Amino acid sequence: MDFNDTAEEAAFRTKTKKFLADHVRPRGGDKETLQKRLSDSEYMTAAKAYQHAKAESGFAGITWPKDQGGQGLAPIFSVIFGQEEGKFDAPAAPFTIGLGMCVPTVIAFASAGQKERHVGPALRGEEIWCQLFSEPSAGSDVAGLKTKAVRDGDDWVINGQKVWTSGAHYSDWGIVLVRTNPDKAKHKGLSMFFIDMKSPGIEVRPIHQMSGGSNFNEVYFTDVRVSDAQMLGGEGNGWSVALVTLMNERLAVGGSPGPDYKEIFDWAHTVPGIEGGTLAQDATFRQKLADWVVRAEGYKLAKFRTMTALSKGETPGPESSIGKIITANQLQDITNSAIESMDHFGIITDGELAPSDGVFQQSYMWAAGLRIAGGTDEILKNIIAERILGLPGDVRVDKDVAFKDLPIGR
Amino acid sequence: MNFDFSDDQKYLKDQARKFLSDRADISSVRGVLDAEETSYVASLWAGIAEMGWLGTAIPEQYGGLGLGELELCVLAEEMGRSLAAVPWASTVYILAEALKIAGTEAQKLAVLPALAEGRVIGCIAASEGPGEPRGETMKTSYDGTSISGIKLPVADGDIATHALVLAKHGSGVSLVLVDMSATGITRTKLKTFDPTRSHASVTFSNTPAQLVGEAGDGLGLLARIYDRAAVLIAFEQIGGTQACLDMATAYAKGRYAFSRQIGSFQAIKHKLADMYVALEIARSNAFYGAWALSCDAPELPLAAAAARIAACEAYYLASKENIQTHGGMGFTWDVDCHLYYRRAKLLAVQIGAPAIWKEKLVRRLELRNAA
Repeated sequence: MDFNDTAEEAAFRTKTKKFLADHVRPRGGDKETLQKRLSDSEYMTAAKAYQHAKAESGFAGITWPKDQGGQGLAPIFSVIFGQEEGKFDAPAAPFTIGLGMCVPTVIAFASAGQKERHVGPALRGEEIWCQLFSEPSAGSDVAGLKTKAVRDGDDWVINGQKVWTSGAHYSDWGIVLVRTNPDKAKHKGLSMFFIDMKSPGIEVRPIHQMSGGSNFNEVYFTDVRVSDAQMLGGEGNGWSVALVTLMNERLAVGGSPGPDYKEIFDWAHTVPGIEGGTLAQDATFRQKLADWVVRAEGYKLAKFRTMTALSKGETPGPESSIGKIITANQLQDITNSAIESMDHFGIITDGELAPSDGVFQQSYMWAAGLRIAGGTDEILKNIIAERILGLPGDVRVDKDVAFKDLPIGR
Repeated sequence: MNFDFSDDQKYLKDQARKFLSDRADISSVRGVLDAEETSYVASLWAGIAEMGWLGTAIPEQYGGLGLGELELCVLAEEMGRSLAAVPWASTVYILAEALKIAGTEAQKLAVLPALAEGRVIGCIAASEGPGEPRGETMKTSYDGTSISGIKLPVADGDIATHALVLAKHGSGVSLVLVDMSATGITRTKLKTFDPTRSHASVTFSNTPAQLVGEAGDGLGLLARIYDRAAVLIAFEQIGGTQACLDMATAYAKGRYAFSRQIGSFQAIKHKLADMYVALEIARSNAFYGAWALSCDAPELPLAAAAARIAACEAYYLASKENIQTHGGMGFTWDVDCHLYYRRAKLLAVQIGAPAIWKEKLVRRLELRNAA
């Protein structure tokens, strides 16, 4: 048992560190992150330049096949790059979904000519992709989506609405899951297209989140035409194509989301407790702190176990589903405690007055969304129960019924 | 990154599971539960000695196999899973490990070879009443040659051949070794909620005893012994947690209500998923403890505390929700759920309750941050 890299892994890590040091600034120290310092358009320019540099230096598409412009390396190298990149203020976020989920789907299902046209530009940061699956009435039950595509000659005409689309406003291309046959059962009447996000009839509107910001969009489709040649995986196979896309989502979303036990412990030394000393001396606080340490460290160590499996060439199972359940709930719990520890003062979000620039208050709001994004706690628990423990699926009332005949409610 | 047990260690684990499912099936545990006069399964204890497990982590010069603590961890997980009714923890995690880190050469030679052969049963007598043992309130005393006082509860105190006893010594507290065949010892078996692990009240009256470790360092030494035991017991707890999860999962698949398998209801799925998450957190922390123990890393005190807290929480959750998943059947004497529920709580309190370890963890975090 050890925590050492193999020789090959160590060499890759050294190369990675050198690349990062040459291109981006370390996290921390400077409170002003790239995203805060730059305007939106400046940030996108920096992000594209960073992705381009990754491609130039052999850090783009680490696990993709070499004939698709990737590096053809084992998944452990992608994890190592992610570990090191996480220590830097790297503008990588705009590419996470496209390169993590959309383009791999294109690689799996598009024609040779289409791959030739799209994969390179995506890898080099010239074009950004987004994923259009969720709808206002189809979230956890995404196969219940209603956006429809109707055949018209060599084209299909799409009408409907997508929601929670990250990056739709700056994306060049998207993959969109639509209903092509409402007479079939719901999972069987779906098809997947890739689509030019600048197509006439596409309208992107930002969603105003409860946290105040707008990280996601609604995307409206009104008579949007897309060529039949841009269908991925064939008519009626949209659900199996979507499963390929979603396979990577839990890993992509499960990172460190905000302040953790270290941050609240630092803070606790500066604020009065209820027993006369500081909060850090209060017995009740210390008991909770220990729980947070155990969960944060436990999750970190669970990831080491996943890395070990990857390092040995084994495929990690759906165990990675535990990650977001732990981190999202921990974030909500810690930020809740931090705010309560400040008593009435805890309501203040003004960065000049609130500790740590208001990060506890911001993350308290954000945590509520994190427990839903990319699979709700409940869906993730279903996945653990069904795929890991092998429990039977729920009794289905929608299996052999045509989609158009399903009850829809409100 | 190689944060896993080796193939050899996994093989040992498989062998242990086979041996224990054959020799320590649940009916043997129930035999001890149901017979008040029986303290442990003597035939199983002899079998374990024959397998050489008792000397797993004892160096060869003291008659052991000279393997490491990692091997002990994989055995511990299987012992925990089987609920084996033997004085394994008291003897192997406590007595043997304590003498390894603090015993004199003579003490090691006197005890460890016999222990590896199965001729020694250990126990630790620290507690005298509710709460953590403290110098200010401790009544048992050591005068440099003998001890007097009453200790309770003492796990395996009724059957032990050797005891480590915590006693007031001058102005401090020392840990001493007592040969339980010596004079002035009275043992009374205690009624507890987990009779599958026997406990006694032990009275010492001018009983000969010899110092282990430094005079006056008894509490410090006890903390170091408990750090090591915490990691090993965490593996027992993981084994027990896994057994509960397996049992609940099997039942949820086989039991029908409202004309469907109860495991198809999300109320059951989410309960079992919560158990799985707690188990994975516990397992990952225990692995880290195992690593720290095996290489005597400076991280051991922090890693041991984390392993213990996570394991106590996981086993408690799994053992109570296993009963809940079984419904009314789970509350019967005949269904095994309660055996885990009993053991989970015993293991959670026997070397210090979780609240004590949480405070220890935070103090150790402060020490590390200060360093």
